[in-house]
Amino acid sequence: MNSVLGIILQRLGLGLLTLLVVSILIFASVNALPGDFAQAILGQGATPEAVAAIREDLGLNKPPITRYFDWLAGVITGDFGTSFAQANMSSFAGADTGKGGIASVADQMWPRFKTTLFLAGTAAAISIPLSLLLGILAALYRNSAYDRFINVSTLSAISSPEFFLAYILILFLSFLNPILPSLSNISEGMPFLDKLYYTLLPALTLTLAVTAQMMRMTRAAIINLLASPYIEMARLKGVSPMRVILIHALPNALAPIINVIALNLAYLITGVVVIEVVFVYPGIGQLFVDSVKNRDIPIVQACCLLFATVYILLNLTADIMSILSNPRLRHPK
Amino acid sequence: MTFNMNRRGVLKAGAAAGLVAATVKTASAAAHATPKKGGTLRLGLAGANTSDSWDGRTHSDSFMIVMAHGAVFDCLTEIAADGSLKGELAESWEASADAKTWTFNLRKGVTFHNGKAFGADDVIASLNMHTAEGAKSAAKPIVSAISEMKKMSDHQIVMTLAAGNADFPYLLSDYHILMYPAGGADEAIAKGIGTGLYKVDNFDPGVRCNLSRVANHYKGDDAGHFDSVEAIAINDSNARQTAMMTGQVDCINRVDTKAEALYNANPNVEIFEVTGNQHYTLPMLTNVAPFDTLEVRQALKHAINRQEMVDKILLGHGAVGNDHPIGPANQYYAADLPQNEYDPEKAKSLLKKAGMDGLKVDLSAANAAFPGAIDAAQLFQASAKAAGIEINVVQEPDDGYWSNVWLKKPWCACYWSGRATEDWMFSTNYELGVPWNDTHWENARFQELLLTARAELDSGKRKDMYTEMQMLCSTDGGTVVPMYANYVDAHSTKLKHTEAVGNNFQMDGSRMIERWWFDA
Repeated sequence: MNSVLGIILQRLGLGLLTLLVVSILIFASVNALPGDFAQAILGQGATPEAVAAIREDLGLNKPPITRYFDWLAGVITGDFGTSFAQANMSSFAGADTGKGGIASVADQMWPRFKTTLFLAGTAAAISIPLSLLLGILAALYRNSAYDRFINVSTLSAISSPEFFLAYILILFLSFLNPILPSLSNISEGMPFLDKLYYTLLPALTLTLAVTAQMMRMTRAAIINLLASPYIEMARLKGVSPMRVILIHALPNALAPIINVIALNLAYLITGVVVIEVVFVYPGIGQLFVDSVKNRDIPIVQACCLLFATVYILLNLTADIMSILSNPRLRHPK
Repeated sequence: MTFNMNRRGVLKAGAAAGLVAATVKTASAAAHATPKKGGTLRLGLAGANTSDSWDGRTHSDSFMIVMAHGAVFDCLTEIAADGSLKGELAESWEASADAKTWTFNLRKGVTFHNGKAFGADDVIASLNMHTAEGAKSAAKPIVSAISEMKKMSDHQIVMTLAAGNADFPYLLSDYHILMYPAGGADEAIAKGIGTGLYKVDNFDPGVRCNLSRVANHYKGDDAGHFDSVEAIAINDSNARQTAMMTGQVDCINRVDTKAEALYNANPNVEIFEVTGNQHYTLPMLTNVAPFDTLEVRQALKHAINRQEMVDKILLGHGAVGNDHPIGPANQYYAADLPQNEYDPEKAKSLLKKAGMDGLKVDLSAANAAFPGAIDAAQLFQASAKAAGIEINVVQEPDDGYWSNVWLKKPWCACYWSGRATEDWMFSTNYELGVPWNDTHWENARFQELLLTARAELDSGKRKDMYTEMQMLCSTDGGTVVPMYANYVDAHSTKLKHTEAVGNNFQMDGSRMIERWWFDA
């Protein structure tokens, strides 16, 4: 088991290094966005003096290298700073009021991220069992009409842009047959079932977007094994096809399936931006879009970094899980 | 402007209808039964930000204006649905003959949502918030014009202005100048404690706001018909439309007029629009050649086809402008001023009069100026060709448009949301020497009238003066005003409103929450 621990630590170290590189990329690309916060917020009032005043207030006139290291130092100590919009709003109050309660970037992001996790969780709870089931059935009845149908339909779903899938679902489930709400109006204190009801439509859209890959990987991994001698042996001794797949093939096919599931989980969390905008789901994706529009750099950077962390962590989990599920990797020579 | 008066009631008001006041008529008078009480109004509003707060000084976008100014907080005065001025927290007021000293009598028996009684101290404290050290309120120019505030009693206050201003009570209806409890402004900003018809139950900035009706409010039963309100922030225009179409909300603002046919096909939804003061402009720097020649300015004003712009850029959701910034929601809007018409021959002869054979000018535009500004510039280019004027459309980048193009390039595109009073509008961008004067226009008569009208209390005389000023802008000024853009909202057919609907802002002058009701 020690070697596994070593691998995990090594991967974590590499993950941190990746994050550092990502942080440079994020900072560089966010700074390459045309226009800046001062101009975005001032609009018509963007006289050179007003723009200069806001830049001065927010420290935007410092050289980029200095700003990067200031930011990095903050991030390492867990301080993502204050969003420009918040800082700017509170400066309206001047000397007398309202200096105390400025929400930090982390304060703003955390509730939104929790809401996004709920959506991703719901989508995962639907899509993972569904795609495993569909994949196993497809492997069992491979090359049948069912197999072809399920392949064609999931592939068409994954080939369509998500917002299109979202509007199709809204058309059928919300407009023509008003079963589900098109507006994911969820709030903190809502009962769980209500929350689920309002989350179902975006979760279904995400399900459509991720099912194909997981389903096809399950099918391919199982079919791949079905040609192995030990499966033939099982078949020869009279084991039923279902049992062959579930008991003999599936455990050995788990590694690639887990890998794909982890990748799709990462996608569920980081890829929700468009879906959240379509369904007005109050998650981190909406916050991200609003912040990019306003050039609110601290929030944009923190969101990017959060997405990168989620991606790296889930990839790491995938690696570790596939190591754990494979005795040959678990006990290297 | 098309006039579409079917039963589903596409509503129009304003310039083309020749209505000076903010009157809107629907086809079926039966729609306006007596208000019914009850129900939860669900709004889907654009213009929300995660940095929103209940601080009126920071308000600039629809969501907070509709919530704070329209429901939770009150001002001293209010612009009624018909465009007239009435008292809100001030019961009555009177001015000295020079319009310098104003005495306000405050309403008695008003309490804040936390139970504190409202009085003169709150007014003084709330107004002082705008002039506090370092405060950046947009209403600062209004409040800093007050040189002295004197509390006469708990319910009477005398304000002395540095210079006479007949519009002063009008200015106090501005959505930034909300009344907060003295000494508790921080708490009131954090929690949303005002004197309005609705109190805040829950507020998640940039996401949602829930309000409920205050029992025993001083406005009585004439306003505030809904039991509660849920406003959802929907900044994406498609999502707003979907929410409206699927009946998830009862009313949305900023309708994308390209989808008008879809709204019209839905029997449960009505499009609702008013022409207010919001207008698109093409300002020229009148101290830069060739725009320093009067005939050139006039020729350009006759080389633009305004109706075509309204039809093609606004898809009919607007009204033609007449080269001055005063709109149908202003008190002294001169609806019968001679219209500058598209007349290429006249434009040609004007140029000839100035000894010019033709004209070649650059017009800088970007869609940051107003949606469709580049298309509008190209339409202008095409219509001006017939007058022998060659307009070269320069497409500018959206980013930095307001810093690098507007006020800098000799001729560009711009927009104004308009101001509640003529004086405010003129002194924001037509008075000589103000920073936002985007034409550098010098007209002695205009500047003289501006100062005289400001301190004149006689409304007949003011009407004459403001009409003359609009005339001067139209014939001599440096701005081409192609069109007024309507405020276009959509609402469920279950919602009803009084016959008059405010046109000073979207959503019934931002006050639909307290003015509208559910029928059945």
